[in-house]
Amino acid sequence: MTGVQETPAQEAAGDQRVGAPVTTAEVCVVACAEAWRGDGEIAASPMGLIPTVGARLARATFEPDLLLSDGEARFVTGTWALGQPPPGPAEGWIPFRSIFDLAWHGSRHVMMGPAQIDRYGNANISAIGDYARPTRQLVGVRGAPGNTVNHRTSYWVPRHLPRVFVRRVDMVSGVGYDSARAAGNEAGEFLDLRRVVTNLAVLDFGGPDHSMRLVSVHPGVTVGDVVANTGFELAIDGDVPQTRLPTAAELTLIRDVIDPAGLRNGEVRG
Amino acid sequence: MVARLRSGMTIGIGGWGSRRKPMSLVRAILRSDLRDLIVVSYGGPDVGLLCAAGKIRKLVFGFVSLDSIPLEPHFQAARQAAAIEVTEYDEGMLQWALYAAACRLPFLPARAGLGSDVLTVNPQLRTVRSPYDDAAELVAVPALPLDAALVHLNRADASGNAQFLGDDLYFDDLFCTAAEQAYVSCERIVPTSELEAGGLTRMRVHRWMVAGVVEAPNGAHFTSCAPDYDRDEAFQRRYAAAAKDPEQWARFAATYLGGDEAAYQSAVAALGAGAGA
Repeated sequence: MTGVQETPAQEAAGDQRVGAPVTTAEVCVVACAEAWRGDGEIAASPMGLIPTVGARLARATFEPDLLLSDGEARFVTGTWALGQPPPGPAEGWIPFRSIFDLAWHGSRHVMMGPAQIDRYGNANISAIGDYARPTRQLVGVRGAPGNTVNHRTSYWVPRHLPRVFVRRVDMVSGVGYDSARAAGNEAGEFLDLRRVVTNLAVLDFGGPDHSMRLVSVHPGVTVGDVVANTGFELAIDGDVPQTRLPTAAELTLIRDVIDPAGLRNGEVRG
Repeated sequence: MVARLRSGMTIGIGGWGSRRKPMSLVRAILRSDLRDLIVVSYGGPDVGLLCAAGKIRKLVFGFVSLDSIPLEPHFQAARQAAAIEVTEYDEGMLQWALYAAACRLPFLPARAGLGSDVLTVNPQLRTVRSPYDDAAELVAVPALPLDAALVHLNRADASGNAQFLGDDLYFDDLFCTAAEQAYVSCERIVPTSELEAGGLTRMRVHRWMVAGVVEAPNGAHFTSCAPDYDRDEAFQRRYAAAAKDPEQWARFAATYLGGDEAAYQSAVAALGAGAGA
């Protein structure tokens, strides 16, 4: 994507490195971090690289009580770089069984990466095409059915395209609002889809009947770009603001502490 | 050990993804004439290899992944050719199904699955209404009793008391207790007196759960078996690349899967020596 803009944050920080232009990946990191704002003392479970940077950034700044896993079986303290072992002490043992307990207890906010997502937030990570003989078999539903009906869920889509934002997903793995409504009270009781962050925009489910709504577009992206890359009708309320830019402090954390190798810019270019 | 298994059995395989899988026992199944198996797994290359060998009639799973390589190519190919039947559950539903079997209950209630296509693609699943004032309607996850379970642990004694030394037991104890007969392979069989030194709270698989134990050094290869060894990422990449092409796969199978376990282990060792890996 083109259209990288100068930011006040860059001017505020006089150092050369922080002064480099803000990349789309960095805007996405902050948009992902914002998903966890206000969550307090629950586990943030990011799937994927940019959400992982975002979750560590959120804890290092505005959401200090979040619990973060080392990706294996520990809750760990501190802020650390991708690909490196956490420097801080472990604060808890979380084998997979404990993760399931945590999820069903509701004290968790996951950010998953769907292959397909639709207007009411149904998400597919299982299989594309006819379920009996998929054109593309994916990983399987994993914990998505249980996660979505038990705790806060957000999604990260590194390539916002019509084949991802589809009218109806092929296999409902993560439960959407219409599916939950059809299934009855127990499916919807704790359903809480927070936001969808993509390489183009931030979306939520604040449209009519919890349909997907455009919240903000990233710098250099127009509302028309998002609409053209979405395979269903988005709710759009008036003028759509621009996604907020990273602050100087956030840029320093992203660039110098959490992702010094710049891996984020390989996941989303521009 | 694998001689005690029969075609058509429901077999649970412990571990998780590409972690601490009883690969030596899986390789023994590949060499056997077993077929039409119903395999239950938090799946990794165990599922892939059994798919490639045509051993699976039906797979009960929540995911199949090689972890550092997200998708399992043999499993993908089998699904995309409609070569296996599947029962796809949420990961937590699968735990519940095993736990219900282990507790000799017909089902356990769960919220997981409600509203998802797990209920659509598994029309055999039923919901149940709470008899209490909430009258909540939940998924009745049916017990999933296993004819046999195969797990790989770090240490065991000759009676079948077994111990994990890594960070996660995964669901190995549930696989064992859901099974009519559970078989443990392990890195090392040690005297019972040496187990507690590795940590009492790690002694989670007990001889009453276990029908047989066998020592299989490097038996989880190429999956991880921390802290004894990590995943052999180079070999896994080789496996995944070969699995995408029939000719390459034939060569891979001839090189690594044509002989017995000792032949497999020497071929792997020779590869390491030759490649300096």
